[in-house]
Amino acid sequence: MNDQHYNFAYLDEQTKRMIRRAILKGLAIPGYQVPFASREMPMPYGWGTGGVQVTAACLTPDDRLKVIDQGADDTTNAVSIRKFFQRTAGVAVTTATPEASVIQTRHRIPEVALTEGQILVYQVPIPEPLRFLEPRETETRRMHALEDYGLMHVKLYEDIARHGAIATSYAYPVKVEGRYVMDPSPIPKFDNPKLAGCAAIQLFGAGREQRIYALPPYTKAVSLDFDDFPFEPTKAAGACAICGSDTSYLDEVIVDDAGGRMFVCSDTDYCASRAEGQP
Amino acid sequence: MYVAVKGGERAIDNAHAWLAEERRGDVAVPEMSVAQIREQLALAVNRVMAEGSLYDPDLAALAIKQARGDLIEAIFLIRAYRTTLPRFGASRPLDTASMACDRRVSATFKDAPGGQVLGPTFDYTHRLLDFKLMADGDTPNAPQGAARHEATPHITQFLNAEGLIQQEPASDATPRDLTRQPMQLPADRALRLQALARADEGFLLSLAYSTQRGFGRTHAFVGELRIGAVTVEMDIPELGFAIDLGEVTLTECETVNQFTGSKTEPPQFTRGYGLVLGQTERKAISMSLVDRALRWAELGEDNIGAPAQDEEFVLMHCDNIQATGFLEHIKLPHYVDFQSELELIRKLRAAVTAGQEAAE
Repeated sequence: MNDQHYNFAYLDEQTKRMIRRAILKGLAIPGYQVPFASREMPMPYGWGTGGVQVTAACLTPDDRLKVIDQGADDTTNAVSIRKFFQRTAGVAVTTATPEASVIQTRHRIPEVALTEGQILVYQVPIPEPLRFLEPRETETRRMHALEDYGLMHVKLYEDIARHGAIATSYAYPVKVEGRYVMDPSPIPKFDNPKLAGCAAIQLFGAGREQRIYALPPYTKAVSLDFDDFPFEPTKAAGACAICGSDTSYLDEVIVDDAGGRMFVCSDTDYCASRAEGQP
Repeated sequence: MYVAVKGGERAIDNAHAWLAEERRGDVAVPEMSVAQIREQLALAVNRVMAEGSLYDPDLAALAIKQARGDLIEAIFLIRAYRTTLPRFGASRPLDTASMACDRRVSATFKDAPGGQVLGPTFDYTHRLLDFKLMADGDTPNAPQGAARHEATPHITQFLNAEGLIQQEPASDATPRDLTRQPMQLPADRALRLQALARADEGFLLSLAYSTQRGFGRTHAFVGELRIGAVTVEMDIPELGFAIDLGEVTLTECETVNQFTGSKTEPPQFTRGYGLVLGQTERKAISMSLVDRALRWAELGEDNIGAPAQDEEFVLMHCDNIQATGFLEHIKLPHYVDFQSELELIRKLRAAVTAGQEAAE
């Protein structure tokens, strides 16, 4: 069903053009945050309005869209965003990662490697990796311009001095092509290695903060670390109770009043396709 | 087993159905019409128009009905609708000096051309519950006076004549448009005023109040507060002249601020300005105080680090639609981030525990 009261994919063509320009600029300067005139969307700021605008600007009628939140296709906000595009763009949808041409995600990168021709759109709450070290946008833009990332290294160093480890477990910053430090959105650091050298286009949209940034295919993205404290992607020790995978990112589910726990794959499509393949 | 992430779609549909039922309330009580809201909850309608940045009383009333009276939710509905509207042009600057004033008061002069007109104000009501309203009391007609036809001059122009008040630089430059361009700081005054005009009333009220209590004090008097209808005119290139599009009701507030001079400016009165859609007096006064506080740099005043002096702090946090969205998004699932935090805390604790055991 395509709601005829709105333009294809909700946004008017001029707005989409403005967003595409920001995306192209972002692709040309990987990791650089491009300001764009984010629009009010019919869902709240902080609920994926940046990702939705980027997806709207990318979609064509022939696309096949997948929407995930926390790795799952059937979490409430993923359902809501998928329905929004079914209603306003009438595009085909899928839960199968390899079949999707555009994937909008919140907080995860799918387990299965993405391929050329696919676009992964991230929803970004706070695009500025330096924000919690320096609250002023005017300052952080200057720091990026001067490649002044000393503050970030000091923070990571202080973590190690205090805790013996870098105390960032998600939204772990990466340096892109040796230039811009970038916030990969709140994906667990387990997912960070998948950012680098990815065959798909990766686009990041922050609606409330009015920023778009991008990683073109096969871009270098190095998680910040020290020689003697190398970056470590971590996950819960254990295997999925449904498909048995011990290499995928796991969510912890509390199963009884006694606090009994089990682990299941966060990527529901990966898990279901593995479970189906088993006898 | 594994119910946590299943059934999202059905849960959403059911939640929406329940919401619709709750919105209607007890069906034994007659349903409210949009016209009733527009006429009888007019100040709520005005706030929704002002912060929604769309002058349409009917749609604002509809939004209030749909939002069950949650005004921020209603403002959100209006904003989301507004952003889909095509922009076919810009009006001429409104001439508030030609406003047909329903209310016009000055705290700085006892009388002035145009007079003091109280208008429909709560100001001198005693805040006693009127139990007659519980019983559908008819309202007696208010006495009628003769309408003033000539324009009502702005109070501050009388101070201008003596050169006692700071002059605003005139400019025909097209100001930046905050709905079409990303906010980039530093902002100029035009952009700041745009942001303040649609800012959350409560946020501006508290900031303005903080300046009165000393956090960036600006010694404000209400030079003039006026509320009334102003004609909106637009130049039509094909016609070669401007036509009237209609009228909007506005609230305009100009504060006169004591100012003993600075390194760069002579002693003179300075101004703060507030202009808001609809009858929205508290908001307009708050806006003018915050506007004045934000002008410290151009007037060569000291920045004492008060929140109301901090342009980035004020402009980046005054929009209630941005604020409420981001605030409430923490209700969304965060299993994945939380899981990674769990792993980190367990790892750090294990290291600490091991260290303690080794020490024992």
